[in-house]
Amino acid sequence: MAFEIGNPGLATTVQDQGRKGHYNVGIPQSGSMDQYSAELGNALVGNTAREAVLECTYLGPVLTTDSDAVIAITGAPVEVKVNGEPQPQWSRLILKAGDQLSFGVIQGGTRYYIAVQGGVDVPEVLGSRSTYSLGGIGGFKGRKLEAGDVVPVGAPLNGGKLPQAESVPEEFRPVYPKEQEVRIVLGLYDHRLTEEGLGNLLNEEWKVTPVADRMGLRYSGPGVKWKERDQPFGAGSDPSNIVDAGYAVGSIQIPGGTQPIILHRDAVSGGGYAMVGTVISADMDLVARAAPGTATRFVAVSLTDALEARRDLAERRNKAWAAISLPRQ
Amino acid sequence: MTAEAAVLPGARYTWGGDEFLFVEVSEAMSLPANFKVMSIAGTLSDARLPGIVDICPANASLLVRFDPDVLPPEQLETAVRDIERDLMNHQERALETRIIEVPVWYEDPFTAEVAQRFREGFHQEPEGSDIDYAAKANHLKDAAEFIQRHHKQPWLVSMVGFVAGLPFLFQLVDRDKQLEVPKYLSPRTDTPKLTVGHGGCFGCIYSVRGAGGYQMFGVAAAPIFDPGQALADFKDFMVFFRPGDIVKFKPVTEAEYNAIQAEISAGTFRYRQAPVTFELSKALADPEGYNRELMEALNGI
Repeated sequence: MAFEIGNPGLATTVQDQGRKGHYNVGIPQSGSMDQYSAELGNALVGNTAREAVLECTYLGPVLTTDSDAVIAITGAPVEVKVNGEPQPQWSRLILKAGDQLSFGVIQGGTRYYIAVQGGVDVPEVLGSRSTYSLGGIGGFKGRKLEAGDVVPVGAPLNGGKLPQAESVPEEFRPVYPKEQEVRIVLGLYDHRLTEEGLGNLLNEEWKVTPVADRMGLRYSGPGVKWKERDQPFGAGSDPSNIVDAGYAVGSIQIPGGTQPIILHRDAVSGGGYAMVGTVISADMDLVARAAPGTATRFVAVSLTDALEARRDLAERRNKAWAAISLPRQ
Repeated sequence: MTAEAAVLPGARYTWGGDEFLFVEVSEAMSLPANFKVMSIAGTLSDARLPGIVDICPANASLLVRFDPDVLPPEQLETAVRDIERDLMNHQERALETRIIEVPVWYEDPFTAEVAQRFREGFHQEPEGSDIDYAAKANHLKDAAEFIQRHHKQPWLVSMVGFVAGLPFLFQLVDRDKQLEVPKYLSPRTDTPKLTVGHGGCFGCIYSVRGAGGYQMFGVAAAPIFDPGQALADFKDFMVFFRPGDIVKFKPVTEAEYNAIQAEISAGTFRYRQAPVTFELSKALADPEGYNRELMEALNGI
């Protein structure tokens, strides 16, 4: 079976849990920006957490299914329509062959997900179905969807067995506030900031700018100051420059000391800007959900705290799967 | 470079959140620093520690991604520190690698066209070409002399990354002979695929079309990233370069460039390449003499 794409939307791509082990040659992990929302969509349609979904950015696609299908829309709040009729989000929907899925205007956040029983069945590239557009690999022909594409859907898993619950209980759905606290572990090159610069990073408010995509999000705010120094050989002349180094996913760089950039799942793997800290793994989905204008405070936590937050998130995820009556796989 | 430069102090260890360990071998770029990075990366890779996701050697630092659910951070740090200590005691200062000839069309029309679109507000000297600017910045007579300096001596792939398969290149010459050119004042939003670029002391070849801030000198004639894996050089992997590769640029004319395009279309193009052992002490003692020895490996290929 397959989905026929009418209007592709703004930037609709195939994503899964991502591609591991090739960052050393500049191929990023990719994968759904909001992993939590994507995998709960999979849970609702009887998939494992690993199946590929369609990630919709602000403006989703109009698509028609050529066969009966079981789908769920999770992630950012948006009006979901089947043949023009409003349908609930975070709930399992049954489509008949020929049914048309479309979306209204997004009400908050940035991305929502179309999960389908059997998963989006494009070929795996380097162990993942995720789209890496810049490198033109994975996903549907290595690019975002276009009108006329026919996106293949896999056969149902477990003989088509569906979980008991038809929707994700309210308590397990993420919220999309206009203000966020994002936890970071200071480090990498934070010692290069002046005391005032570090103070600005941690005590002031930063706003997500419209320059935000799968590669990273740029923030505006008061800026930071770097300590002056004689630049090391090969580092470049600006005090925010370093000899080109690997970039941690989630790391925060501040080119020229003006606008911090958080690298996300399609990160460039390295470059010459000093990083001053890294968003903890448990808060990466939170950052992915931040729409332009979101007021953000960066809160420094220890590595121990970061690991604890990671365990808390894993527990919450497992509880959400349990609430849908499906063991997480 | 001197032999003393080969003695580096201990690396700096710091965390990139709960999934990344960053090991800064040196703040400054140097051949010994890069060699140490590659040695640590190689030994760590051979150790096959469960829970290591990615080992990314860079110019003078190393980034390791790990799964903290499998490999606790302190355990990883201890493992890398042990490797570093062992290397300091008896570092094997030789690298089994290969030398590759990379044909380049210098002063090509593709980069010239893009450069023209990014002058005022982007470039230090909007009036001239990138290569004229680079010649002047290095106190060289003209573009021709710069091009000669660029391809006469080979380069080490000191890092692969930024985007898929992009090699950072460090020329194997004494520091006072390193070509240094500032990056664009503001990054371009476009760079032709296979542009041979330069920023700071690093050369690069842009593997894909896209944004970039390095000065543009020419285009490499053959692919370095091939997701379709059509050519023989990409049979095993879609990315051609590996850290530690040695690159010898070879200037080609428009006619030679076109002949290579025909070979690529026919699927018959192969890079000229040969295995070599790269010894740090020789490279530091007499770079140009040692380079001649390395480049001899390409004769008769």
